[in-house]
Amino acid sequence: MKKTIHQVQERIRDGNARVVTAEQMPDIVAELGEEEALAEVDVVTTGTFGAMCSSGSFFNFGHADPPIRMERVWLNDVEAYAGLAAVDAYIGATQQSTTREDQYGGAHVIEDFIAGKSVELRAMSRGTDCYPRRTITTELLLENLNQAIMCNPRNGYQRYNAACNSTDRALYTYMGMLLPSCGNVTYSGSGLLNPISNDPGLRRIGSGVPCFLGGAPGMVVGEGTQASPGSGFGTLMVTGDMKQMDTEYIRAATMKGYGVTLYVGLGIPIPVLDIETVRSTAVRDEDIWVDVIDYGIPARNRPSKMKVNYAMLKSGHLEVNGEEIRTSSLSSVRRARRIASELKGWIESGKMNVCLPTRPIDATKKAGPMIETVQGPRVLEIMDHRVISISEEEPIRDAARKLLKGEINHLPVINSEGVLVGIVTTYDISKAVVNPGKGTLVRDIMRRKVITTTADEAVDIAVQKLEKHNISALPVVDRDFKVIGMLTAMDLGKLFGGRWLK
Amino acid sequence: MKLLVTYSRREGKKPIIAQIVRDTGVLVNVERALIDSSEGEALIDIPDDSCRIVRDKLADLGATVRLLEEEISLDESECVDCGACISICLQEVFTFDTESKLRMDAEKCVLCGRCIEICPHKALSRKSET
Ligand code: SF4
Ligand code: SF4
Repeated sequence: MKKTIHQVQERIRDGNARVVTAEQMPDIVAELGEEEALAEVDVVTTGTFGAMCSSGSFFNFGHADPPIRMERVWLNDVEAYAGLAAVDAYIGATQQSTTREDQYGGAHVIEDFIAGKSVELRAMSRGTDCYPRRTITTELLLENLNQAIMCNPRNGYQRYNAACNSTDRALYTYMGMLLPSCGNVTYSGSGLLNPISNDPGLRRIGSGVPCFLGGAPGMVVGEGTQASPGSGFGTLMVTGDMKQMDTEYIRAATMKGYGVTLYVGLGIPIPVLDIETVRSTAVRDEDIWVDVIDYGIPARNRPSKMKVNYAMLKSGHLEVNGEEIRTSSLSSVRRARRIASELKGWIESGKMNVCLPTRPIDATKKAGPMIETVQGPRVLEIMDHRVISISEEEPIRDAARKLLKGEINHLPVINSEGVLVGIVTTYDISKAVVNPGKGTLVRDIMRRKVITTTADEAVDIAVQKLEKHNISALPVVDRDFKVIGMLTAMDLGKLFGGRWLK
Repeated sequence: MKLLVTYSRREGKKPIIAQIVRDTGVLVNVERALIDSSEGEALIDIPDDSCRIVRDKLADLGATVRLLEEEISLDESECVDCGACISICLQEVFTFDTESKLRMDAEKCVLCGRCIEICPHKALSRKSET
């Protein structure tokens, strides 16, 4: 059996459509079988509510008198992109305020507008013959704008890898706080309620398809940026009228240590026209797998610790090597559920109808990494290649001599095999001279916990290590932990005026 | 009930909590302690009926005592039930109920403040302490 889109549309118009949420569908299919379920269910509604950084809105402010061609625009001190004609601007959700840092940003401007609060617009211009005005400051309400159109380049991630942290200090990421030594696992996404998870082949979701966006009826524009449906990470570009949105479904947020983001509520109704859609909408949390990624590794290709599914993640804990690790989400399943059921109401009442995509999305496409034509600087290029080190068996006096002679402040300590075992600084030596109780050998006073770098590490990562540990030098080691150079705060000076900072 | 005890350590390093246990015989549960060279701060939990005697004794020993009436407080209108606070609280104060709504067992809270810092929606705060 098959149904046509027209049959479903007609039933919706007549108020007779049978609509269920993506959470109800698996049990219905299990109970009735696929054929029966196809006959029974017309539309499955989905929903997700989580941090979607790649969001923002277009505004048209109307013309002032005398008119101004706005070149730079700030809304409550958050800069919006104004390189669009005279009185249009786009505000990005993650843009931060020039005065309140991560406590206020584009996401907050959007939420404040929707909440009915007034927002201060400031703009500047060079002034032209047709637009003589150079500055403007005014207070605006959402209702004063001609248009306020949310247009989010990347929403509705099909699924998202979970996060953990193997290092010995806490990390603050866009995946929330990650406790040291893999003390917790955080994840994002609503699992079986997620729109694309219910249509991974993108047969029903595509350009022109209606959706629920932030409480308003919206529309799928098409493929989202960085979409990679071919590897199970599809995304969507979506749009909707901010004037009809509700702060229940649009919320600004601040991820500590990361910055501002916007929590967006998105739901898509999926017409059930064939067995394939019955199957894809019967997806369960158990069927949706993701990797647990170690964010302790500061590279693009972070290793996966294990594979887990959403049922495991939602259970609140994972078992890893006999140990229990607590999990927690960043997106709200409860609100996702509410979106799916509100959308169900819209379809049942005929407030929203369904349609087929006017242009399909290529479901085989995979996103690639950035092509980097100019390599960022590596430690090798700026490190001090002199290797001045000392053996742990030598007297402190000799260490002092070496430091003086090399005009350096840090001396790596090696054992008889030449392997790095510690570090001494001029400060440690002065302390040992004033306080001679500890012994006379380097071994007695060296610091054993040494933070190191490698020759091919990106300088940005090495700098982060220096800052995080509040130190001023890193021994550069090879694979056998032998010292091949030093990177000091002074070497970093070489970067300034160099080719990287032009 | 919970008491927040602050004491100066300048007059020697007296083990103030140990002294309380010895002198009053009350079993004190230390939930959090922050001690540096000049000052100590401890959050202790004691049986309600021993409050008077412990407070008086602490005052005798020169400590400042605050009764923590409220613990962590949740602003329901700001909370979106994301759950970001759940796994980072070592006291396991937060859980989801069967409807994925955030539930809080404030009794277990030791006011370390971590969840207040990380809640993306600023829904958590310390309620007035007396
Ligand atoms: S982190 Fe904040 S918003 Fe999220 S569930 Fe906890 S209290 Fe609610
Ligand atoms: S203050 Fe600390 S102990 Fe209390 S709920 Fe928050 S994280 Fe848990």
